Amino acid sequence: MINTLVSMLIFPGFLFLSVLALAAEYADRKIYARLQNRVGPPYFQPLADLIKLVAKAEVIPEDANPQMFKLAPLFALTAAVTSIFYIPLWRTGALYSFTGDAIVVLYLLTIPTLCFFIGGWYSSSLFARIGSVRAVTALFSYEVPLFIGVLSSAMLADTWSLSGMTIFYEDHPWFWLFNLIGFGVALTALLGKLEKGPFDIPEAETEIVAGGFTEYSGRFLAILRMTIDIEMVVGASLLAAVFLPFGLTFNPVIGFIIYICKVLFVVACISLMRTVMARLRIDQMIEFCWKYLVPLGILQLLINMLLKGVIF
Amino acid sequence: MVFGRTKLGKMAVEVLKTFFQKPNTILYPAEKIEMPDKFRGKLVFYPERCIGCQLCVKDCPSNAIRIKKQEGGKFEAEVDLDKCIYCAQCVDSCPKKALEATKDVELAQLTHDKLKVILNAGPEEKPQK
Amino acid sequence: MAEEKEFRIPIGPQHPALKEPVSFSLALRGEKIMGVDVRLGYNHRGIEKACEERTYLQDVYLVERICGICSHSHSTCFVQAVEEIAGLEVPKRALYIRTLVAELERIHSHLLWLGVAGHEIGFDTLLMFTWRDREVVMDILAMLTGNRVNYGINTIGGVRRDIRAEDIKEILKAMDILEERTKYYIEVATQETTVIQRLSGVGIISKEDAIKLGAVGPTARASGVARDIRRDDPYAAYAEMDFNVITDDHNDVYGRAVVRLKELLESYKIIRQSVGNLPEGPIAVRAPRKIPAGEAVSRYEAPRGEDMHYVKANGTDRPERVKVRAPTLANVQAVRHMLRDRYLADMPIVVAAIDPCFSCTDRLVSIRDMDKGRTDVIEWQDLRDYSIEWYKKRGVDFSRMGKIK
Repeated sequence: MINTLVSMLIFPGFLFLSVLALAAEYADRKIYARLQNRVGPPYFQPLADLIKLVAKAEVIPEDANPQMFKLAPLFALTAAVTSIFYIPLWRTGALYSFTGDAIVVLYLLTIPTLCFFIGGWYSSSLFARIGSVRAVTALFSYEVPLFIGVLSSAMLADTWSLSGMTIFYEDHPWFWLFNLIGFGVALTALLGKLEKGPFDIPEAETEIVAGGFTEYSGRFLAILRMTIDIEMVVGASLLAAVFLPFGLTFNPVIGFIIYICKVLFVVACISLMRTVMARLRIDQMIEFCWKYLVPLGILQLLINMLLKGVIF
Repeated sequence: MVFGRTKLGKMAVEVLKTFFQKPNTILYPAEKIEMPDKFRGKLVFYPERCIGCQLCVKDCPSNAIRIKKQEGGKFEAEVDLDKCIYCAQCVDSCPKKALEATKDVELAQLTHDKLKVILNAGPEEKPQK
Repeated sequence: MAEEKEFRIPIGPQHPALKEPVSFSLALRGEKIMGVDVRLGYNHRGIEKACEERTYLQDVYLVERICGICSHSHSTCFVQAVEEIAGLEVPKRALYIRTLVAELERIHSHLLWLGVAGHEIGFDTLLMFTWRDREVVMDILAMLTGNRVNYGINTIGGVRRDIRAEDIKEILKAMDILEERTKYYIEVATQETTVIQRLSGVGIISKEDAIKLGAVGPTARASGVARDIRRDDPYAAYAEMDFNVITDDHNDVYGRAVVRLKELLESYKIIRQSVGNLPEGPIAVRAPRKIPAGEAVSRYEAPRGEDMHYVKANGTDRPERVKVRAPTLANVQAVRHMLRDRYLADMPIVVAAIDPCFSCTDRLVSIRDMDKGRTDVIEWQDLRDYSIEWYKKRGVDFSRMGKIK
């Protein structure tokens, strides 16, 4: 019981995840800045932002629905944190696993987007409503490629459990190289989920101030920003577990270092893609995802199906 | 990646090269850059050359300078540093070259009264009492 | 299917997309813009009235501060008008120095615009890179004139500061650096997929509409209207410079970006010519304090388009009337036309593509008939006929220009 509580709340649960999320945000902002020939923030900047936001007063708009407005960020944070328990980090097994937990993790990662929609909609501010509707519209474009990418890797491993997938890939080394197209597809779709890079239309600063987050301030904004950072770490861990499942059988310390390196690599890829591309309009994003990402994902599925037929 | 005639991520090469260069930021106030020679910063006044013709006062676009006669026949210049627009028209208008523009730009103060200074050519500027 | 209601969304006066306060009230149905209401005037500072209460020499500095980016444009335009009234013959070296600073200002303004356009479409990398290269121009301007903005190089009768030989070497070095960077930005703007997707097909205005709505500068030149005051009515030293007027036929924001980028290359050419052929001589003639009675209109090709100043003198040392018509006032009429049937996401870049400078724009004039106590508005065609008659009485015949092309 105590063991469970410690692993859920401290390591590798909430506290560890928060620290890693702040570190990942720092890495993302620092890499983004250095790619643009700037200095970038110091290492304590994300923590300083968090403390500053927590210390500020909250302003709730008069027309907003207070219960939904306040609950939406909490649900988002909870869902994002819960999904880490099913993802194998530096061993071949996750904290908890059962058949089908790949699908559960993907669903748990959808909940924050829905909560952003609910929070923005019930803010009753014009900009927030437009932003939240855009967030849900974007959901329809990047969810399918993300699912196809992750599930094509699962199909090669012949199991719907993330822990099972890592065991398969450890038994068959170098098989993860077959999934590289899926890795590209899932990485691009992850950009959409994190509302970064060319897909940051739901919170386009120059058009609708801050999208669904416009009316949030103080502690709620701190929770929302923490959610986004934790989503980034969870998404990076998911991609590392599904597409880069090597080095999981060494002793825990080396495995931990390898895990951190994998997360940093995914975060660096996200930063690079965010730096070199402009923001797409919502209709252009839907067109891009359905015209290019989904066919590539299906291509990966076909390759994996053929491989399964040939090898097994 | 090529899409038709266009390239996705065209700036990627340049951006990656920049990653390994020194950032193009001057970390002020730890590092300071020197202003160029003709820079128009705070004024400096030579009372021995001033003849009290008030041409600088007439030509100042923002009424920032006043020339007052002191006892002993000398003149002193009183400048409102917050009104001055650092155009150096007074420097050009003075027939005796009694005013000069320096490169001093670190003039920020916390209260307005510290920005009314009496200029002399030496370092004994004192804020107006 | 339920009827979609229209709702109004306020872009401005305070909005992250805008650099200066202006109010666009958009009527939206989903993401589509159904109508735009423009309201100006938030930056009105009473400059024209303030000009009447200051001497000409003080006004040179006041007029310069109408806008930070086009400061040399306003200052030169005003000084040209006053010099025409006073009948002063400005020395050649001063005209060349004015041209040099004017083109340096054009470079700095276009690089700034490129960064702002990048920011509006979410491409912050372009913003950081172009503004980094803009620092090269700002350092050159600080070295030449003594300040990075609001140069204060003009005085009535010429310029105030001279160029030294070592300055010329620095300028030529900077031109080489900037030319290489500009060629890279042209490549990025014309080849990067996401940039083309955001800029193409947005803010379309045809050639006829551009002429009808009075668009000037790169906004009009991107629709094929070949109007450039530097060639049509040369001032300063432009009559002796060899350069091309860049037009484009894309009619949209992409065309405006291409026109501005190619104009940068032309500016480098002009600067090299003016620095290479700098004539010797004085840099200013002595100007009287009291300007004799008269009036003059002076035009100037600011980075944003045609800037016009009207000055009326009455023999004292203060002007009787100064009127400024900034280019953005002519271009803002076209914005309503451009935004019809577009998406909300296009609004920032369409507004940014006319390179708005509302500090320049906010000057209001209404004709008030004091006897009848009425306020009139004069029509464009009547104004044009009136001005042709006015000039005919003074011996200049504009009617040979015929219809507007």
